[in-house]
Amino acid sequence: MVVPIRTGLLRQAATCLRQNRATPVRTLSRDAAIRRLASTLAILEQRDGKLNMSSLASVTAAMKMGGSVHGFLAGSNIKAVADEAAKVEGLEKIIYVENGDYDRGLAENWAPLLVENIKKGGYTHVMAGHSAFGKGLLPRVAAMMDVQQISDITEIQGEDTFVRPIYAGNAILTVQSADNPKIVTVRGTAFASGAAEGGSASTEEGTDPKAECPTQWVSEDLAKSDRPELASAEKVVSGGRGLKSKEEFDRLMPPLADALGAAIGASRAAVDSGFADNSLQVGQTGKNVAPQLYLCAGISGAIQHLAGMKDSKVIAAINKDPDAPIFQVADVGLVGDLFEKVPELTEKLNSA
Amino acid sequence: MSKLRILVPVKRVIDYAVKPRVNKAQTGVETNVKHSMNPFDELSVEEAVRFRERKLPVEEIVAFSAGPAKSQDIIRTAMAMGADRGIHVVEEKTELEPLGIAKLLQKVVEENKSNLVILGKQSIDDDSGQTGQMLAGLLKWPQATQASKVEFDGDNVTVTREVDGGVETLKTKLPMIITTDLRLNEPRYASLPNIMKAKKKPLEKKTLADYGIDATRRLKTVKVEEPAQRQGGGKVEDVDGMISKLKELGAL
Repeated sequence: MVVPIRTGLLRQAATCLRQNRATPVRTLSRDAAIRRLASTLAILEQRDGKLNMSSLASVTAAMKMGGSVHGFLAGSNIKAVADEAAKVEGLEKIIYVENGDYDRGLAENWAPLLVENIKKGGYTHVMAGHSAFGKGLLPRVAAMMDVQQISDITEIQGEDTFVRPIYAGNAILTVQSADNPKIVTVRGTAFASGAAEGGSASTEEGTDPKAECPTQWVSEDLAKSDRPELASAEKVVSGGRGLKSKEEFDRLMPPLADALGAAIGASRAAVDSGFADNSLQVGQTGKNVAPQLYLCAGISGAIQHLAGMKDSKVIAAINKDPDAPIFQVADVGLVGDLFEKVPELTEKLNSA
Repeated sequence: MSKLRILVPVKRVIDYAVKPRVNKAQTGVETNVKHSMNPFDELSVEEAVRFRERKLPVEEIVAFSAGPAKSQDIIRTAMAMGADRGIHVVEEKTELEPLGIAKLLQKVVEENKSNLVILGKQSIDDDSGQTGQMLAGLLKWPQATQASKVEFDGDNVTVTREVDGGVETLKTKLPMIITTDLRLNEPRYASLPNIMKAKKKPLEKKTLADYGIDATRRLKTVKVEEPAQRQGGGKVEDVDGMISKLKELGAL
């Protein structure tokens, strides 16, 4: 008699437990709790009083956390930029700090500035683009807050779980963080920037610790171009070692880019050989791009290069070596001499 | 100007030419493959050695690595390239995270009275790109990341750095942190006589406990997976074929 009752009770208990674990209601309430608690500070970038639209990828990522999202800006005449940012969809509040000392984005005074404002706002998450600015600044902030940062995330799986590529994109790592706040840089091509209109955030002045900056900004030399920006372009044409010289690169690539309305990129070999500017490098140590079309010529497809472009929607390649690794990832491959094929392609695109 | 006491942290990583494979247990990648010095760290060692060759007052160049016993091979490589001595924090079990390494380096800097730390901008295995900035934050020192040119004028240091869209130049003072970009220099090959000489250079072995560092990882690896594989779409015969295929795919 006793045995069946015990078994029955155990079974009943087990069923209860199973139900408890699996009930959707419980998961929902947990998510709702996170939504109530999560609050993210998205670091926005500006240059000469203009909001950097590609930095809005941090807002898109922050919105996936489900809680409230505040944007952060600092620099001179920043109120106007804050008003512009207030229209960005998804932002609840813009925290801004008016001080020209922050115009150049130097990590030495920016890091204490952020630490103060993160503490004041009690944020659970801090997100910035994985740009030169974000890469230089956020680890410094993270160390000051005793947090292990998570770099260059491509996906958010939960309040504490993030996905990022490692080994030049040859492996995909999912990590879980118990740190508070969670400090994250975001891969721009993985989180398309949201709508610049339609929002109505409030604006509020932040805290300015006015930390001394031992570093002085001297000058900059930025490659000027009327073409779309490489990291966010819809189309990219890219040249490699096969172009043989800077003269040939400049002769063949710009007309092809013009015919397509594309940005120009380059492989490390082309940059190292001086064919193209460093800032055009696509790959593990250069830019990550994920355009609708990536058309490359004279690029063999080394793993470091593939790391920067293999998330492109369509990849087309022109190479004279039929065994080049680029053909293993290209949707459209043409084996041939680029010195013939590129001009022919340019001409046919122009006349189409 | 003050004498340069340079610390160069180097990391043993899977050789850059090896295509990493994710292990069956999905906990990491297969590590039974060729390892080398992280390419960005070679640039750091080279730059430090060039400072000495440029007759800057370099008092010493210390190469440092933390990791398993085999990491000492790359400290020897750094010494063969011109570092004067090495420090190896032997740690077999835990792979240190950037924050842990930065805390360890902070102690090493204090112990060795370093006034310049040159690190690679990222290690090509973890691709985090954090350690230099974290160390600068902990020490409250200036930082110049992704450096492509470094010049000294007394205690003033002018660094050109690679940024989005071009370069920018910063000026700061020692002590400081520099992280290297590929454009900084072209590292030398260690010659055989220098490799032999490096075997006699002092290499100190330490442990995390010597520095009182807690190596507990903050991030938990949930899993490591192979990326989605792209299938090549095959080849076309000519330029017309390329254009029509691109139209078909909606790329034109």
